[in-house]
Amino acid sequence: MLKVNNISFGYNSEHGVFKDISLSLKPGEILGLYGKSGIGKTTFAKIIAGYLKPDTGSVVVDGETYPFKRRNPVQLIGQHPENTINPRWQMNQVLGESGVFSDEFLRELGISNEWMHRFPSQLSGGELQRFCLARALVPETKYLIADEMTTMLDAITKAQIWETVLQLIKQRQLGMLVISHEFPLLKRTCHRILDFEDLLGKN
Amino acid sequence: MEKLKKIPFSETKEMKSLLEVKDFSLSFPQYKKGFRESYIEVIKDFELTIHPGEIVAVVGSSGSGKSLLADSLLGILPENAEIKGKIYFEGVALTAKRQQQIRGKEISLIPQSVMALDPLMKTGQQVQSSIQNKKEKKRIQKEAFQKLGLPKDTHKKYPFELSGGMARRVLIATAMVSEAKLIIADEPTPGLDEQALEETLTHIKQLSENDRGMMFITHDIHAALKIADRIAVFYGGETVEIANNEDFLGKGENLRHPYTKALWRALPENDFKALKGNQPEAGEVFPGCVFEPRCPIATDFCKKNKPKSAMVNNGIVRCFYAES
Repeated sequence: MLKVNNISFGYNSEHGVFKDISLSLKPGEILGLYGKSGIGKTTFAKIIAGYLKPDTGSVVVDGETYPFKRRNPVQLIGQHPENTINPRWQMNQVLGESGVFSDEFLRELGISNEWMHRFPSQLSGGELQRFCLARALVPETKYLIADEMTTMLDAITKAQIWETVLQLIKQRQLGMLVISHEFPLLKRTCHRILDFEDLLGKN
Repeated sequence: MEKLKKIPFSETKEMKSLLEVKDFSLSFPQYKKGFRESYIEVIKDFELTIHPGEIVAVVGSSGSGKSLLADSLLGILPENAEIKGKIYFEGVALTAKRQQQIRGKEISLIPQSVMALDPLMKTGQQVQSSIQNKKEKKRIQKEAFQKLGLPKDTHKKYPFELSGGMARRVLIATAMVSEAKLIIADEPTPGLDEQALEETLTHIKQLSENDRGMMFITHDIHAALKIADRIAVFYGGETVEIANNEDFLGKGENLRHPYTKALWRALPENDFKALKGNQPEAGEVFPGCVFEPRCPIATDFCKKNKPKSAMVNNGIVRCFYAES
């Protein structure tokens, strides 16, 4: 179980982004988090994935808290894959940093063998996002946070990526938090949907 | 706007076109093994006509070459680009020299990134610099800001003091105050939430008043359908279909090309069903139809022969099996 207990966060001491937010995510559950731009969804995602430290409150992952002494079981995927990949590495090097991946797994994600010797600039956004998914879905991963994962992609690529992800989530019984401002997408993919504004308003 | 929508496409063709692109292709040289030079074609046989007062969306996935289209029309391609085909603006050939003279004046661009604003210049001044009527520039700029709902003191602000949505409106204002007859909007609505999207699109639609034409480049078919009269669907560097807005309905029975149908059905609001395979690489050469490897209705004939564009039900399609 991934538990977010009463976390608050502000980028400076005067203006808080949010206060006292709690949430829990079970293995195998796909939870949607809906909200418009600029209300702190991404900041929230970064805290859950351990990129930022909350001012108060805690994030408890299967009984443990940050920092972990091993690979983070909570993996974050963002909106712009091109910003999270070293532009001077070929794709096999990018994947190599995270471990060894079986051909079967890469095929499942729709990663073509020919892409391995390309640089990120030679691949499209949808293609790069698949590599980010591969890196995020190492065996140690238990929870996946998808922050506007497919917002920049065309409808077909979007449907393709979701088809793969939903299948993998089910297979491995991972918990997934889907953050998006696209309500139809959340309705299609999630077991339950929370409105971020409701979470904020509870205080 | 409203008037145009009711005229079937076949009739609008007889109207005077604002922009006409015919058999346009764009390629870049590439060096393979040593010094062997070859060309990769990123846009092939592109065709599109835009009439005054009309919004035509060009919809394609990332990496399909659609942004290069904007650059081609403005004449701001890299030096090594090779172009073929014909572009007419108001019936007269659009040469490199003419492009240089009229870009920013008669053809205006709304760039994708809000970073395109000059960080060291106040927004009011920036917008005024694209007004040709120098005497009235302050008034025109003020009116545009008002029309777009920007707060009164916005013209005194530097870009870093604006929110993302405000910066986007300043970019739209720049196009609004210019005397441009054609506006090219290159992904002006990336990743906006529903409310911000509605707002931005309303402002963009205001631009097509006064008989201006617009090319609206986007990957988001949902956004395109909100304002465009016609949708040109771009795949693998080709226009596979030019459909009318009202054709996107139900299960997509009125759409002509299998790719357009798949694109429509893939929306989460519809079937959310993915099409297998990947889009072709830039420069990948097909003896037959560019969509054949992924097409659910392709035959051997499609493998060997290239479909030419044809008029079907008031739209244009490049498929052997489009039903009329």
